[in-house]
Amino acid sequence: MPARHEPIFDRYSVWRLLKESIDGNRGWKQAWRKPEPKARYDVVIVGGGGHGLATAHYLASVHGITNVAVVEKGPIGLGNSGRNTTIVRSNYLLPSNIRFYEYSLRLWEGLERELNYNVMMSQRGQLSLFHSASERDAAVRRGNSMLIQGVDAVLLDREAVRAMLPFIAMDNPMFPILGGLLQPRGGTARHDAVVWGFARAANRRGVDILEHCEVTGIRCESGRVVGLETTRGFIGAGKVGIAVAGNTSQLAAMAGLRLPIETHLLQAFVSEAIKPLIGCVINFGAGHFYISQSDKGGLVFGGALDGYNSYSQHGNLPLVEHLMSAGVSMVPALSRLRVLRQWAGMMDMTMDGSPFICRTSIEGLYLNGGWCYGGFKATPGAGWCFAYTIAKNEPHPLNADLTIDRFFEGRMIDEAGVGPKPWAQ
Amino acid sequence: MLLIHCPYCGARAQDEFHYRGDANVERPAPHAGQKAFYDFVYARDNPRGWHVEWWHHYAGCRRWVKIERNTVTHEIRTVKGPTQDTR
Ligand SMILES: Cc1cc2nc3c(=O)[nH]c(=O)nc-3n(C[C@H](O)[C@H](O)[C@H](O)COP(=O)(O)OP(=O)(O)OC[C@H]3O[C@@H](n4cnc5c(N)ncnc54)[C@H](O)[C@@H]3O)c2cc1C
Ligand SMILES: [Zn+2]
Repeated sequence: MPARHEPIFDRYSVWRLLKESIDGNRGWKQAWRKPEPKARYDVVIVGGGGHGLATAHYLASVHGITNVAVVEKGPIGLGNSGRNTTIVRSNYLLPSNIRFYEYSLRLWEGLERELNYNVMMSQRGQLSLFHSASERDAAVRRGNSMLIQGVDAVLLDREAVRAMLPFIAMDNPMFPILGGLLQPRGGTARHDAVVWGFARAANRRGVDILEHCEVTGIRCESGRVVGLETTRGFIGAGKVGIAVAGNTSQLAAMAGLRLPIETHLLQAFVSEAIKPLIGCVINFGAGHFYISQSDKGGLVFGGALDGYNSYSQHGNLPLVEHLMSAGVSMVPALSRLRVLRQWAGMMDMTMDGSPFICRTSIEGLYLNGGWCYGGFKATPGAGWCFAYTIAKNEPHPLNADLTIDRFFEGRMIDEAGVGPKPWAQ
Repeated sequence: MLLIHCPYCGARAQDEFHYRGDANVERPAPHAGQKAFYDFVYARDNPRGWHVEWWHHYAGCRRWVKIERNTVTHEIRTVKGPTQDTR
């Protein structure tokens, strides 16, 4: 529903497109305002990525809290939200993860209508291959765990995989493909569009999006947050929500908190554009490599972390070599393609590989972070749960387990089961 | 590619090493309590800048070395043996 102050003709629609094409496209307006900061807001969200903007949108649309600002040190959407490989899925193993990511996937399925924005949600399927009997057992267990929670999962045998992916090397001597676990509702969405869609929707409901406004300090008085020091001056706040991905430890340190998080690099690659080849998202169980094809035709692929703490946003060469060799051994045709672009993002890796959406020990200060390399798919779900947690000052059952305290209480959500090594999650 | 000057083997490529994490955390005394062990096992400074960290030279001398490395520029300032002080 459009907010009251929004003129109806500002909605995007087929009619609008027709009208603008006749009028020479002169009627399009800026999708969000660029206001000056107010002296005080009821809620200030730090971080103008998908998570921060989604939180602001749901604060306004679900909880009626509209005196809200999102502060972002650069332009919005240039952090991990603009650097990821856009995969959306809910094929997790542990029940609390499945419930949370499935809720998020359902929000994705209605997001375009909710935001009046084309986020190019494409449920083309996500297929995880297995290469040994024990990997098959693990896939069956995961599939069953998903089915029990009402999530779609289909086990494919070798022949079904071959029929679906005729270009793949089935009989690699070390890693033959025995089958795969498919989530048909998984797929991809357009990363930038998600950021812009949430920004526009939040702006429509009165949220101030303050770009080029870096938070440099968190002001607290007697255990309660009262506002933020920023490069555009002090901004008073009733409540503050942190959603800064790779910089989470820095923001937390401003409030004297030390978190179970390390910042690591994850790289992504795009090849030159080719005709349609890869119709779904494929995840190789051997050596960690995954690939999909964008709507423009480029193959988008990535794999494991670089493996040591880094804020550089520059990937290193050993991982490039590892990834290319894994890719070529699975899809030999890749060796004929040129890589056009490569980049890296700063991952907020936690000690058990699962995120935080929770209160902190400081009254009025809330944390959304620790998304590791999987937070794009969480964007609407995390925004929804974080808005709930901030508005009600208590978690929703969907994020009740995603606390910092789980490490004190021995209730880690260790999807990968590798122990407290963030670089190995 | 990081070039690591192992004090035992000389200059070697990063992929001869395994990363083993923050070298500033210290194991508390056995009865130091839950908070001390939480800090040791889970909580990290995660600095933006100089970081003291363990690397295991698994494809060389197989010793652990303590490295001071910048997490923004990747510059390596010192590489020392496990018992040597890093400033
Ligand atoms: C290469 C790569 C591939 C990935 N692939 C996938 C995938 O396929 N599927 C998936 O689900 N996830 C994926 N991810 C993870 C996903 O991108 C992130 O988890 C998610 O986008 C995080 O969103 P965010 O809004 O929390 O963070 P960001 O988009 O990083 O937003 C945080 C914002 O905070 C701002 N900020 C930081 N410090 C301050 C400050 N002091 N003051 C003001 N603002 C500040 C930053 O500038 C930034 O814009 C991938 C990540 C990378 C890097
Ligand atoms: Zn050595």
